Amino acid sequence: MKSDRLRRRHATAKIFRLLCAAVAWAGVVILAVLLFHVTREGIRWLDFQFLTEFPSRFPEQAGIKSALWGTVWLITLTAAISIPVGVAAAIYLEEFSPKNRLSQLIEVNIGNLAGVPSIVYGILGLVLFVRFLALGRSVLAGSLTMTLLILPVIIIAAREALRAVPDSIRQAAFALGATRWQAVRAQVLPVALPGILTGVILALSRAIGETAPLVMIGALTYVAFVPEGPMDAFTALPIQIFNWASRPQEDFHQLAAAGIIVLLVTLLLMNATAVWIRQRAERTGR
Amino acid sequence: MPQASTAKSLQAGASTRKYRTREELIRFVLFLCAFLSVLTTLSIIAILAWEAYSFFREVGVFDFLAGTRWTPLLEPRSFGVLPLVAGTLQIVVGASLIAIPVGLASAIYLAEFASSQVRRVLKPVLEILAGIPTVVYGYFALTFVTPLIAGIFPSTQIFNAASASIVVGIMVLPMTASLCDDALRAVPESLRQGAFALGATQFEVTLRVVLPAALSGVMASFVLAASRAIGETMAVTLAAGATPRMTLDPLQSIQTMTAYIVQVSLGDTPVGTVEYQTIFAVAALLFTITLGMNIIAQRVLARFREVYE
Amino acid sequence: MNTLTKSEAPISSTQQPRPVLEVVEVTIRYGEKPAINKVSLSIPQHRITAIIGPSGCGKSTLLRAFNRMNDFIPNVKMEGQILYMGSDIYVREVDPVEVRRRIGMVFQKPNPFPKSIFQNVAWGPSINGFTRNLEARVEQSLRRAALWEEVNDRLHESALALSGGQQQRLCIARALAMEPDVILMDEPCSALDPVSTARIEDLMFELKERYTIVIVTHNMQQAARVSNLTAFLENGSLVEFGETDQVFTRPRNKRTEEYVTGRFG
Repeated sequence: MKSDRLRRRHATAKIFRLLCAAVAWAGVVILAVLLFHVTREGIRWLDFQFLTEFPSRFPEQAGIKSALWGTVWLITLTAAISIPVGVAAAIYLEEFSPKNRLSQLIEVNIGNLAGVPSIVYGILGLVLFVRFLALGRSVLAGSLTMTLLILPVIIIAAREALRAVPDSIRQAAFALGATRWQAVRAQVLPVALPGILTGVILALSRAIGETAPLVMIGALTYVAFVPEGPMDAFTALPIQIFNWASRPQEDFHQLAAAGIIVLLVTLLLMNATAVWIRQRAERTGR
Repeated sequence: MPQASTAKSLQAGASTRKYRTREELIRFVLFLCAFLSVLTTLSIIAILAWEAYSFFREVGVFDFLAGTRWTPLLEPRSFGVLPLVAGTLQIVVGASLIAIPVGLASAIYLAEFASSQVRRVLKPVLEILAGIPTVVYGYFALTFVTPLIAGIFPSTQIFNAASASIVVGIMVLPMTASLCDDALRAVPESLRQGAFALGATQFEVTLRVVLPAALSGVMASFVLAASRAIGETMAVTLAAGATPRMTLDPLQSIQTMTAYIVQVSLGDTPVGTVEYQTIFAVAALLFTITLGMNIIAQRVLARFREVYE
Repeated sequence: MNTLTKSEAPISSTQQPRPVLEVVEVTIRYGEKPAINKVSLSIPQHRITAIIGPSGCGKSTLLRAFNRMNDFIPNVKMEGQILYMGSDIYVREVDPVEVRRRIGMVFQKPNPFPKSIFQNVAWGPSINGFTRNLEARVEQSLRRAALWEEVNDRLHESALALSGGQQQRLCIARALAMEPDVILMDEPCSALDPVSTARIEDLMFELKERYTIVIVTHNMQQAARVSNLTAFLENGSLVEFGETDQVFTRPRNKRTEEYVTGRFG
């Protein structure tokens, strides 16, 4: 027979379990509410014209052409700089670095950099790239700032991907008289590539949504043109959303929502690509 | 004599020297890429230190750190940073009130109760929540959460700490949940088995055995979440307002350190003036606080991992 | 065992062919603990030398010292000399990469690259600048590894689709493509079924015509079947080294006798 005490204990356990479950599923509810709210507010403004018009004082004429192209420029350039540098750094730390003080310092430092608030990167970009290197408020200055911001993320992800490559592959390469670099380039890197790509895409999708550093380097100006080179001024999607959201009028809030839909769809596509790459690699690999 | 030629050819010949040089060159380039991270940190520290130094030549360190009035852009000017710190603290406390219990409970559910199918649904949802840009959360706070609060408390201002706290809490929730989940899952299965064998219920095992064993990892995740909340910028800029003030009322407009930096950089404050230098002083404070918290949390986590790995 | 002191020493005095590898008073430590303790032996050309001993006796460590694969393990320290064709491979001027190009290795578990069969065999020669007649070289290596007949119609398919035994022969072909003098085999059959094992053992007989083979094995029957010479290691020390027949039928040392007759420990 169950004692009262035991019954009480089981009841507590059950309540606790239900409570945890309810709270955990709350995340799903929040996500659903957020997506529903944004869609309801913004869908009305989302048409072809919204994508092809420049921003305007008049809500019904406003679009995100310059912001969209600014983001495309910014992310392309950021990817072009951050991927090679980040992967190279990861290769050094995972495959080359001797186990000494300096390597340890670099490792700890990367961990700490990942936790530095993005606005601090904005200040770094403002002083270092915009002013000191006199790049001005250009796409290049923005991309360099974003590069520094997402490098720790890329490095950490790429290192994980490299670490997952079985050591037997390195051993086989070395036993054939390969140098470290030959082994890494021809054998280790191809195996790690899907993992690295996944990490890179996730890092870049973070860069797409980052606003604060761009605000700091002064990307929040009225830009009614599409950048044509890395030295051109630019605006970006999250900046445009911030701009519209910070205005008092309801119409601009709804424009912001429409911009958010475009931003979230872009992020969704990138994440889906990352998941697809990961699954494909799992299927073809061992 | 073949032996002599072997001896020689094992040594670095002309071709060997060539690839050795190439190998060294590649190694050096790779090293530079890794070292760039150290340079980044040094640049941040150098810039903040240099600019803050010129600020503190004009304003006393004590006046800055202990002053209770922050009006650098208005006459009479005053450079007491405490109102910004208080505003930031209000957001952090508010966000923690959401992120800590919800994050921990979600983690307990994920680590101790949930089946692998449920994990496969919930984990990606948390990842998506973590991947939503902060400006979107700012918009959500302003256009959804604030009207909701105002519906309950009519005295709510359009910009208020509560709304910003809630969305910042939602933002750091995935990180808290995933770090707590890692910590709980690091606790060896044998500990749970031992407790179950003594006739404990799942609740007792979780609360009396697993949680205490994972405590330092869980605490570290709280610190990291708080540090993230301190550095959060766009949501608080959009939703919490631009009124530096020391208040405990979450329904009033406040200003955080990060929001102040954005405000100045958006305005037309002339570069080089002491008003402009304030952003570096505030950023230096922000950087010091978050870095300190991160270092502490990383240390705790490192020690925690050592125990179980 | 008196001929292996100096590289200049005449080698004609024994009936064994001249030594390819000579181990002189080698001690290898992981940190403080010696894994190999003052071992000396010499490995003759075109013979199969087996290194046997209980697990943890250091046989793999010794084998990996021959092509400097221990370089990749942190905290490994070596004293003594290992001579390849009379020259010390551990002196500063010697490039370990050059050593590995002459002394190939086959590992315990088949570890083909996740690429095509052709690429697996061709990669070694191509990184070393042998790009002419690569097809012929790949074919020759696969033939010597007794794999050509089984794979010649699917050279460009993934090596991972091969069976375990085929994968191991591919790894042997991969090593042969470098045209090494010596092939080190680290328990090459321990992950294989008996049929695959027999094929690899047959293959080793053919290969010794051209190559010097050193094999580490925990399987005494295998050592007895395939090798010409056997070295018995225990706790990092060389207990006995001699003709395989002699070691297995008339061991000089009590410990060896106990081990080979299975009355060990």
